[in-house]
Amino acid sequence: MSHLLEIKDLQVTFGGLDALSGLNFHVDEGEIVSVIGPNGAGKTTFFNTITGLVEPTGGDILFEGNSVLGLEPNEVTSLGIARTFQNVRLFPNMTILENVMVAQHCRTSQNVFGALFQTKAFKKEEEEIRQRGEEILSFFGSRLVGYRLDQAAFMLSYANRRRLEIARAMATQPRLMLLDEPVAGMNPSETAELTELIGRLRSEWGFTIVIIEHDMAVVKNVSDRVVVLDHGVPIASGSYEEVSTDPDVIEAYLGRPVESRS
Amino acid sequence: MTTLPSTLILDWKRIFKWGSICAAALLFVSLVGMPIKLDPKSIISPLLSLGYVSLFWLPLIFGYVASSRVVLEGVETSKPGLSDLLTGVLTGAIGGAGLTLLMLGIENFDIRDPLINWSPQLLEVLAFGARDLNSAVWIGIGGALGLVGAALNVIPESLRRGVSYGFFTVLAVAIFEPALDDMSEGFRLEWLVELIFQKRGGLKLWPAIILASLIGLISVVSKGKVKKAVAQYRKQEGSQKKQTSVVLFGIVAALGVVLPIFMGTYVNSLLANVGIFLLLALGLNIVVGLAGILDLGYVAFFAVGAYTTAVLTSEISPFFAPGLTWVLSLVFVVLLAALTGLIIGAPVIRMRGDYLAIVTLGFGEIIRLLFLSDFLKPYFGGAQGILGIPGIDLGFVYISGTDTRGIFYLVLFFCGLAVYVSWRLQASRLGRSWMAIREDEQVAEAMGINTVNSKLMAFVVGAVLASFAGAIMAARVGSVFPNSFMILISIVILVVVIVGGMGSIPGVFVGAFVLIGILGGPKQPGLLQEFGSLKLLVYGMLLVYMMLQRPEGLVPSARRTQELHQEEFLQDSWLKGTDDEDEEQPIEGEEAQI
Ligand SMILES: Nc1ncnc2c1ncn2[C@@H]1O[C@H](COP(=O)(O)OP(=O)(O)O)[C@@H](O)[C@H]1O
Ligand SMILES: [Mg+2]
Repeated sequence: MSHLLEIKDLQVTFGGLDALSGLNFHVDEGEIVSVIGPNGAGKTTFFNTITGLVEPTGGDILFEGNSVLGLEPNEVTSLGIARTFQNVRLFPNMTILENVMVAQHCRTSQNVFGALFQTKAFKKEEEEIRQRGEEILSFFGSRLVGYRLDQAAFMLSYANRRRLEIARAMATQPRLMLLDEPVAGMNPSETAELTELIGRLRSEWGFTIVIIEHDMAVVKNVSDRVVVLDHGVPIASGSYEEVSTDPDVIEAYLGRPVESRS
Repeated sequence: MTTLPSTLILDWKRIFKWGSICAAALLFVSLVGMPIKLDPKSIISPLLSLGYVSLFWLPLIFGYVASSRVVLEGVETSKPGLSDLLTGVLTGAIGGAGLTLLMLGIENFDIRDPLINWSPQLLEVLAFGARDLNSAVWIGIGGALGLVGAALNVIPESLRRGVSYGFFTVLAVAIFEPALDDMSEGFRLEWLVELIFQKRGGLKLWPAIILASLIGLISVVSKGKVKKAVAQYRKQEGSQKKQTSVVLFGIVAALGVVLPIFMGTYVNSLLANVGIFLLLALGLNIVVGLAGILDLGYVAFFAVGAYTTAVLTSEISPFFAPGLTWVLSLVFVVLLAALTGLIIGAPVIRMRGDYLAIVTLGFGEIIRLLFLSDFLKPYFGGAQGILGIPGIDLGFVYISGTDTRGIFYLVLFFCGLAVYVSWRLQASRLGRSWMAIREDEQVAEAMGINTVNSKLMAFVVGAVLASFAGAIMAARVGSVFPNSFMILISIVILVVVIVGGMGSIPGVFVGAFVLIGILGGPKQPGLLQEFGSLKLLVYGMLLVYMMLQRPEGLVPSARRTQELHQEEFLQDSWLKGTDDEDEEQPIEGEEAQI
């Protein structure tokens, strides 16, 4: 059986800088894979390339066996790949409910005429969008529902913005979810809670997940497999235990001897 | 800075700063010719004309500004008093001295070549018509006005409100004189108009005083209740607000239907003008306010609507003259406008921000030049345009172009349609996608929105609404010419939307009535016909002022207010206790050990 996501020999260059080179990677249905690596290793670029925001200079990206190269970001999303951003990027002046409603855009179809004539189908779809939105938001407890539904997203606390971003990704009804440092900036108890939720995203919602994370406790708790990137090159992959004892990985994090840098 | 009441401490730097700005403003206003142009419009006859108002308000405002204090929390400030008044007087006097110098200058030098208003007429206006008036009186007038300004600052707030409302009411009534005059017939109130207005125009002195005192008194007594009611309305949430909005809209619609019956041709033609621009502004509001696409070539769709109607309905259209009825031609107008929207939209829609604005500006002009060109002259008549466009036969009633009341009702209907369209689309899948695109286009795309399609739809919806305005305009005027579709129209519509409040339907109404109704459109006269070419200057100044002081517009949409005042909203919610803090849970023992 082919992989859900397969990346072959991916190459991304920014004006001479190889952000990614020769990256091979795959995720199977139902897996949670962590991508780790020092800052500037190319992890975010990796996500940007998958979601169509950055054009690779070489290699191929296959989702469910089909290449997604050259597709617009919205087309990639409709295929079933959703993402969050490292530096939370909500629609700050839209309400919390609207944020999750608008993310269902590619799963819905009503057009101008439905809205103008208030057709039955239009009303039904609106109601469904609303209900699914509320259902998704209540996954995070009572924080994002109730009177908050109609509050603008910029009113939220930092941790709740991160949660809303995940909710918005869920609302696109993806098969594969890409989470870019979802617990960055959260305190330990919030981190612990979100770690558990990430597990439930798979068990209850059936998402396959790739997660970029710096917090090793989270990585250890959630991932089936860990891939380590350094300077755009994968230097190790395997279970958390294997990777965390790998000498190359330790070197990448702690730094190399001075003379071999040039 | 503690001052004894008896000593005067004046901030000379401040006085000179505001005084010279005031002088510069007075010189500017005089030299662009406002006092001359606006002198014929009498406010209180024969004492005060709008020309003098254009001069007098400046020392007054600057006196007020110069004498207002910066109140800092925790810093003790002396009581407002004599030194503030003196500050006002001096500021105004310095400003007035500017005019004194101007008068002396005009008497002794002739630089009329670059400055056309450096003229004996200006001198005459500045000298109040007297032959040999000592130009130094302006120092005195400036000082006196500055004193009034400063006094406004010193007196209690309620009194200040009373005085300014009184003044503005008199001004407004005088401005609306032609409209009131026209309406009085329908209401059988000619006697009232005769009572308060002079025959030659302008309020009589006593009625003006009574009116000002009455309004002033009412506003002092009511203590800003109106303002509170408005604030309360804005605070309402959800269904309640919706209900009030529907009621308000119903009242406005009912007035719109009933009032024209009582009005004469003058007001109705004024209203028809306002309506056409309102329709355009409502359409542009969808494009700019909702979808965030800065389209500066919006007039193109107006032109397409007008020309399509002209070709299809006029019997003497140069090349192709099927002579359809207006209603039937409307079908083609919609189709062609939508098509033009797609054709213009497709190439520009991928651009962002400023680039898009510039390119649409170009397209707007290209469409006009096409209609003007020799190449298309056989089809559209070139500069001669297309004449002989018949009136509108609706089956049950025939509206000729000169039937201003009928035209107004027609415009009203289409404005209602535009409001309905904006309202429904806002709360739909498409409307939400516009909002998301406006917030962050890249993220919107990453969340699965086909941004190109969404934006194209905004373009098309806007184009169709503008083409309706064009179709009505063609039937109303009876002819179309390329030069009726200058870029200026795009700009004026945009100003209406911005001044009214982007994304806000009530805002667009207010913007259209205030700007087009009072000042007039690019070529269409408003209530203040005297403004003439100064209109654009006023538009510009108003735009700059709004951008600096009230970027959300006169009647802002709730969303845009929020956007521009995020910090205040966060503060409010903190005060109300509905803010959202990260939970600071103490780390429990077992967790800490992991
Ligand atoms: N759009 C871009 N243009 C140029 N350089 C970029 C761009 N995006 C990322 N980079 C560079 O690519 C490298 C990898 O960045 P990134 O993927 O953000 O790393 P990480 O997420 O692992 O911290 C960095 O050196 C960064 O400066
Ligand atoms: Mg990163």
